[in-house]
Amino acid sequence: MVAPLVEFRSVVKRFDDFVAVEDVNFTIDAGEFVAIMGPSGCGKTTTLRMLAGLEAPSEGNILMDGRVMNDVPAHERDTPLVWQSLALFPFLTARENVEFGLQMRGVGAAECRRRALEWLDRMEISEFAERDIASLSGGQKQRVALARSLVIEPRILLLDEPLSALDANLVIRMQSVLTKLQRELGITFVYVTHSQSEAFAMADRVVIMSRGHISQIGSPKDIYRAPANRFVAEFVGRNNIISGAVTKTAAKTVTIEGSLGSFTVQTGQHDAPRKGDVARFVVAADLAQISVKKPNSGNVIPCSLISEEFIGSVVTLFLEAEDGSELKVQLQERELSKMNLKSATTIYLSWADEHGHYIGVD
Amino acid sequence: MTDNRTLRWFLFAYLALVFVFIFAPIFFSVVFSFNSDRFPTIPLGSFTLKWYQTVWNDPDVWEAARTSLTVSLSTATIATALGFATAYTDYRYSFRLKPIYLGLVLLPPTIPLIIMALAMLAWFAKLGISGQVMSIIIAHSVLTAPFAMAIIRLRLSQMDPSLEAAAWNLGANEWSAMRRVIVPFCRPAIISSFCLTAAVSFDEFAISWFVSGLNKTIPVIILEIVTGNIDPQVNAIGSFVFLVSMTLVIIAQVVLMTRRKKEN
Repeated sequence: MVAPLVEFRSVVKRFDDFVAVEDVNFTIDAGEFVAIMGPSGCGKTTTLRMLAGLEAPSEGNILMDGRVMNDVPAHERDTPLVWQSLALFPFLTARENVEFGLQMRGVGAAECRRRALEWLDRMEISEFAERDIASLSGGQKQRVALARSLVIEPRILLLDEPLSALDANLVIRMQSVLTKLQRELGITFVYVTHSQSEAFAMADRVVIMSRGHISQIGSPKDIYRAPANRFVAEFVGRNNIISGAVTKTAAKTVTIEGSLGSFTVQTGQHDAPRKGDVARFVVAADLAQISVKKPNSGNVIPCSLISEEFIGSVVTLFLEAEDGSELKVQLQERELSKMNLKSATTIYLSWADEHGHYIGVD
Repeated sequence: MTDNRTLRWFLFAYLALVFVFIFAPIFFSVVFSFNSDRFPTIPLGSFTLKWYQTVWNDPDVWEAARTSLTVSLSTATIATALGFATAYTDYRYSFRLKPIYLGLVLLPPTIPLIIMALAMLAWFAKLGISGQVMSIIIAHSVLTAPFAMAIIRLRLSQMDPSLEAAAWNLGANEWSAMRRVIVPFCRPAIISSFCLTAAVSFDEFAISWFVSGLNKTIPVIILEIVTGNIDPQVNAIGSFVFLVSMTLVIIAQVVLMTRRKKEN
């Protein structure tokens, strides 16, 4: 078996009394696009900085190609980072910025120039090669920063929220630039972000972090459809999290009874619900349905409509159940227009058994 | 509206008066340096370069100019280097006694010059290095290093904190990062602090007078000429000193300002 490109083994990072990263274990294979996602302060940037050698782990080991990297100084690693602030050198031109890493590796002047221009050309900004950084637009700076990191031909590229300063349109464009680059170069990208849309749009695998721990690792779809715990369910997407006591357990289902009613939920093979547990399950907003007439069977919650949020073709309705808890449902605008919700006093939220995702006791 | 305008005019006139008050003596010093009369009186006599000629032909003045130049250039170099080092230490490291460190570094300009001059004299005498050009340089470096530190520290505070780490990340060791990133970023501040410390040292009288011994600087020789003697030579030397200092200060300002404009 080939060793993974990167491996974190029980890595802990403390700053004085503050534990930024606590017992983190994961591996990254060569050629993967991995996103590390979480709210601010969850330890994602610290994890990335440890990989770049800018912070030393307090405990545990970080391995690359099976070699322990803990004591390798930052400048001896080939782990270029695209910074949130971009950190381009303001006193150099675009081309000189790109040449920097090559010069540090002792590449001759002519060769530096040739390779820098080649990368600027590849990033479609060759006409700005001799410009000062200050005169470039946000998107152009972004491309210079990418060229500066990639020109040294690394096997892994680290990116720390590189798109957070760009406007929405440009973010979408840069996302496709990044995914295309990653596919063409075949190198590993490790992308830190707090944005779910960026992570899900680009990454093969997503690592979700919360308070220094890893909450879940999986493909975007896994994480979206099968959140491992309450944190992930709340952080990701529009989920309804419903709790109650387990009253009946069967082979692959469980009955959960709470203030909202009694519901049948499917369980996975690793779940071990016991009678009497207070457990939670998730119904994704886009898997739930609403109707004005009460459905005859299935999982049903009577609600009243509070507000709606319209984003293009998709509408999110915010509902309130009788016990006061807020529920969400997402549906196509054209479906909604067929229903006559305004006159209805009670709206029934319902879902099929297989759309309830059991997340257990936590 | 009218009130506002009156106030504006009043303030404008006030400002003009302040400038007249500051610059009139210098202006008249320059004017009288070209005046043929020995005594500074109005009406003026005829235009002359005689005082400049006297100064030009005075070997003492030449000697003093050489000393002043040596002192101010050496001081500027040492003070800027020290200022850069202290500012970088402050930027890069955090340690428990940092407020005390900063307080100590910024202390010298708050000490009355005459006290500092006396203390320096006593100290140098004790070390056996008083009355040398080197002693003026050391004393001036102590006096001006805090200015250099303040200017360079301000510049470092404008630097993206990721910039240095970005250099490491691209393969620069600490020295290369310093040479290739920190110093170029601080270059405008380094140039201005060099000019300003040179100007301060060039003009400084009290310390020079106390510690210089036989090595007189220009301000010291001016005092010697003026003592018990009205000599328009002094106006000529004064104009020259003013020109040198202003040039240095203006260069410092221009370097700092053009950089700022370019980055915005």
